[in-house]
Order: sequence, then structure tokens, then C-alpha cells
Amino acid sequence: MTERGVVGSKRAVGTASGGVGSSGRRRADLPQLPAPLGTESRWDLLRWPVLNAVLRSRWPQLLVRVAALAGFLIAVLTGLLGTPVGNHNLGIVLVWIAWWTIMMLVALPFFGRGWCSICPIPMPGEWLQHGALLTPRRNGAGLKRAWPARFKNIWLQNGAFSAVAVCSAVVLTQPRITAVVLLAFLFVAIGTSLVYERRAFCRYLCPVGGFIGLYAQLAPVAIRVKNKATCAAHTEKSCYRGSADGAGCPWMLYPGALAKNTYCGMCMECVRTCPHDNIALTLRPFGADLRSPAGRRLDEAFKGFIMLGAAMVYSAVMLGPWGDLKMAAYDIGSARWLAYAFAVLVFINGVLPGLFLGAVSAGRALAGSTQTVKRSFIAFSYALVPLGLMAWIAFSLSFVFASISYLWPTMSDPFGVGWNLFGTAHATWQPYLTRSVPTMQALVLVVGFTSSAVTAHRIGAEEHEQRAALLQAAPVIVYCFLITASLMGLLIA
Amino acid sequence: MKRSRVITTALVLALGAGVIAFAPLPGASAKPANRHFRVEASAFKYTPATIRVNAGDHVTIDLVSTDVVHGLYVDGYDVSVTADPGRTASLSFVANRTGMFRLRCSVTCGAMHPFMIGKLHVGRNDLLWRALVLTLFAGLAGILLARVREVRQ
Repeated sequence: MTERGVVGSKRAVGTASGGVGSSGRRRADLPQLPAPLGTESRWDLLRWPVLNAVLRSRWPQLLVRVAALAGFLIAVLTGLLGTPVGNHNLGIVLVWIAWWTIMMLVALPFFGRGWCSICPIPMPGEWLQHGALLTPRRNGAGLKRAWPARFKNIWLQNGAFSAVAVCSAVVLTQPRITAVVLLAFLFVAIGTSLVYERRAFCRYLCPVGGFIGLYAQLAPVAIRVKNKATCAAHTEKSCYRGSADGAGCPWMLYPGALAKNTYCGMCMECVRTCPHDNIALTLRPFGADLRSPAGRRLDEAFKGFIMLGAAMVYSAVMLGPWGDLKMAAYDIGSARWLAYAFAVLVFINGVLPGLFLGAVSAGRALAGSTQTVKRSFIAFSYALVPLGLMAWIAFSLSFVFASISYLWPTMSDPFGVGWNLFGTAHATWQPYLTRSVPTMQALVLVVGFTSSAVTAHRIGAEEHEQRAALLQAAPVIVYCFLITASLMGLLIA
Repeated sequence: MKRSRVITTALVLALGAGVIAFAPLPGASAKPANRHFRVEASAFKYTPATIRVNAGDHVTIDLVSTDVVHGLYVDGYDVSVTADPGRTASLSFVANRTGMFRLRCSVTCGAMHPFMIGKLHVGRNDLLWRALVLTLFAGLAGILLARVREVRQ
């Protein structure tokens, strides 16, 4: 029986007998849950009519994106024109506290690249490129050139994030700098859309998109095809090339071969363009993509180190008691900042991967691996993905709950000039959950380490049987434990 | 039978995790005392940046600002004080909760104000040690469960 056949089976959506369920209602009257797809325990959320309608229609997505764009513009305007005091300026609070909270604690862990599907930054460029606000047309503006082959990777994103990271103390606290950075993203996105095809900015340049993609591999939702044979037989490939119903995949992917979330922006274009209704929005276990050895790359490996290292650095600078370190991070251009920036870049791009290489080499020696060092290094680096995401969540918990109360006064006085639009301008600062946050951070890190340890073991098992697999993974697991202990030292000790 | 093995293993491991998380830890308790600290606040740092006391101590902190208005809020205790430039303001409380608690500046004092942080250590930080042991235990448990499931499959 084909995957499609399983989906279409009556038994897959409820017993035909019509017996009474445990709730007392007849089984036929109970809500019909999506049927599992194929041999994997995945559920197609698009089988729910309401959700299907909302995601297929362009209007809900557009409205959410317009709201996001409005928030973006508010952040820019308040940044440029408002008070230079960061926590009194809505731009700073909106972006680095409110948006960051939603991103790190909700969007990324549970929806992967869900944010990308509503991100406002590529919108103006897309409108120009498509020549329309809704259904794309073929006569839009721009040269639509292919992205250069040698840059079809995320090294540029790695570099961009590293650059922002060493300047983060200023970016996160200076409203005008935040506004300039946001505008830079916007204009680069527009320029990219006018020269290159599709969402090249999002795929290859966006500093945020790089780490979102990495951690999206853990997300419990994914866009996948229901039946690959249907795709193989469909010669038009409208999900990739586009049709009257919509654009070809903006992320330059072919859904029929999609195996990981890393580069799928969940824009829903393929759902709209597929004439055979062969696209599913599947619900699946966390971390499913990490089980697949396909598509592992060195640039993604280094993204993992950069993000893990940045979480540690941010924890030390922003949550640590070392005032001199904060001033070094803030005083851009000074000698001490140069020393700080150099140290950070060496740490995240040299020390962390170097130590990891040592761990991988030790594991190879213990297990007698015949794979190349490079291949093993790349493969085992994916074990760091769960720990990296959890490190960022743990850091964010402390930062966010201590600062979210700045949102109330700044909403009433967005420019910090004395307004009181909603009567909350004089609300005093109040940190939340200060007693509970350390425990939450500890639990989050425990989950991250556990998931990383299991992943490392699985990766070892790809080449070896049980004992050898454990031997090969052991040094990597020790590495992860040391990172976890360091983070605990920074966050809860 | 094999499914029950997975369940049994999971239950045993969960019990172990519970013991690590909640079992009382041995430790000597010091006699409560009055502790007095002078803390200087300036340009996004406290000096000293870290304060250590024993559980039950009556703690008094004299906050002295050396540049602009600064505050000092104690996480977990929900007490705070504000000091004007060149002046001293005092804060007193009984340190009846153990662990590490961040000291935060509670008054906007400049760009890095949200990150102006010190630390108060009260007694032994049990959370840290429990978390480290639980980390090791959970990691091993995760691998064990994964292997048991693989054998079952």
C-alpha cells in the first residue's frame, strides 16, 4: 500500500464500525485526527480544514507580515528619533526583548523557521520581484540572476553573525544602532531581490536566518511531500518552477527531495502550487532531522560552534558580574574592544572547534573508525545542535524575564519623550520569576545535554555497533558535558 | 515483555532523577550572624561584584554610587535600594534562601544598565550540584533508553 493509500484509508481516520468511544460519543462523531504518513509516525496538520484554509490563503500570512512590518518600522522610527536610553526606547525593547523572547522561547523551538514565513524584512523586495502584493506575477522587477555557485553556503551568514556578535553590546543597547542595523538588513534584502532570484537574502545572507535554520532541524513541524512517486511523475515541477497559483520555491528547494528543515522557510508556496495536494505539514518528534546523515556540511558545523560560543560569551558579558568585561564589549573601536573582539572570534571559531576536533579524533582512535577526520568532525558536530539551542534558551530566560517589564512603559511612551498613550508610561521596572529562572535554566540545559548525548551516540552508531559506537561518541559527550557545566557556571553559579 | 522492559527502565531512571533532584543533601550550617557590606556602584559594575554569606545571616548592604544614580535589586528576595551620586543608601534582609542570586541595577543609569549585575551567594549552591549530577545521569539514561529501544526494535 502506498503512502497515499494509507492516508486515504478509512481506518486511518477512524474505525468504520462506528462504536462508542471512551468519552461516550460515537467514534464517528469524535474529531478525526490526521492519519500517519508512511512508515514514520508523522501527522499531517493540513488535514485539519481550518488550518489548511488559513495556511493556503495568502491573506492571513500577508496580514501577519504587514503587522510585523509595522512593528519593524516602529522599531526603526523610535530608534532613529527616540531617546538614546535603550530601555526607555520602544525600538530596543520591541526588538531585543519582545521579539527575541518570542523567537527563542516559542517560535524557534516549536516552529523552526516559522518566523521566516512571516518575516517583514524580505517583503518589500519580494513585492518588487513579484510585481504584486499577493499572488506573484512573472513580470516583476529585478534581474533574477542565479546566486553565485561559490557562495551557495552559509559562510557569509556565519561571518555576518560573528560580526554582529562582537558588536552586540552596542547593538542591543543603542537605539540608533539597532535602527541602522535593521535598515541595513532591509536595504540589503531589497537590493538582493532586485539582482538575484527568489529569497537569496534569506537563504544566503541573513545573519538570523543562519542559526534559525540550524536549530529548525529540531522543530516538531516540517514541510514534506506525502508521496515522492507523485512528484517524480509530475514533470512540470510547479512547486519549484512556479505556476499561476504561485511562485516557485522562494528558498530554492525542490520539495520532492526535501529531507531537512534547515533551508525550508515554511512560506507555504509549495502548498499553494502543488496541483496534486501532495504537500503535508507534518507533526513529528523533536530533533528528527538530526537522525539523517544526509546533507551534513562544514559550514553548518561551524554555525553550530559560532552559536554555542556566542551563547557562552553573551552569558558572561551580559549576565556575569564582570563590569570591565562589559565595558570592553561596549567600547567599540578602543584597544580593549579590539582585544575583546579578537578573543571572542578566536574562541568561537578556533578554540571550540579545535577542542571538538580533539574529541572527535579521540573517539575515532578509541573506536577504530575508518572515516576521514573531516567527515567525522562534520557528522558529530550535529550533536551540538540540541545543546546550542538549549543554551540560547537558558540564556534568554534570564535576560528576558529580567527585562520584559520595560515593555509596559515604552509602549505608552515609545520615543521616550514623555507620552503616556496607554497609561503605563510610569510603570516601574520589575523582574519576573527571579526565584524560578535558575531552576528553569538548569532543566533546559539538562535537556540540551541529554539530547546531544543521545544524538552523538546515534551518530556513532551510523558507523559502528553498540560498544564501538559508544566509544566513538564518548569524547564528544564529555565535550558536551564540559560545555554544559561551563554554561551552568555562568548562568546559575 | 520487551515493551515492559523499556517501561521498567524508564521508571527506574525517572526515580533516580527524582532522587537526585529532591533528596536532602548533608551539610553543616553556620550560626547566623550580622553581615555588613559596602558596595560601590559605578559605570555598570558593582564593587565588590560578588557577596558571600551563610544561610540565615542578617545582611546589610550599604550602596554607594560614585557617578550617577544607581540601584540594587536582589533577585529572589524582591528587595531593592537606590543611591544618589555620592550618597549611601542601606538595604537589609535576612538571607533565608540558599543559592546564587543576581544583584541588578534597578535604576536606569546608562547604556549597559540592563546588564549591570552582581552576585549574592547564600550558603551552598545546591541547584548547581544537583544540576551537574542530573546532567550526567540524564545523559547516561538517555543513551541507555535509546539502546534499549533499539534492541527492542
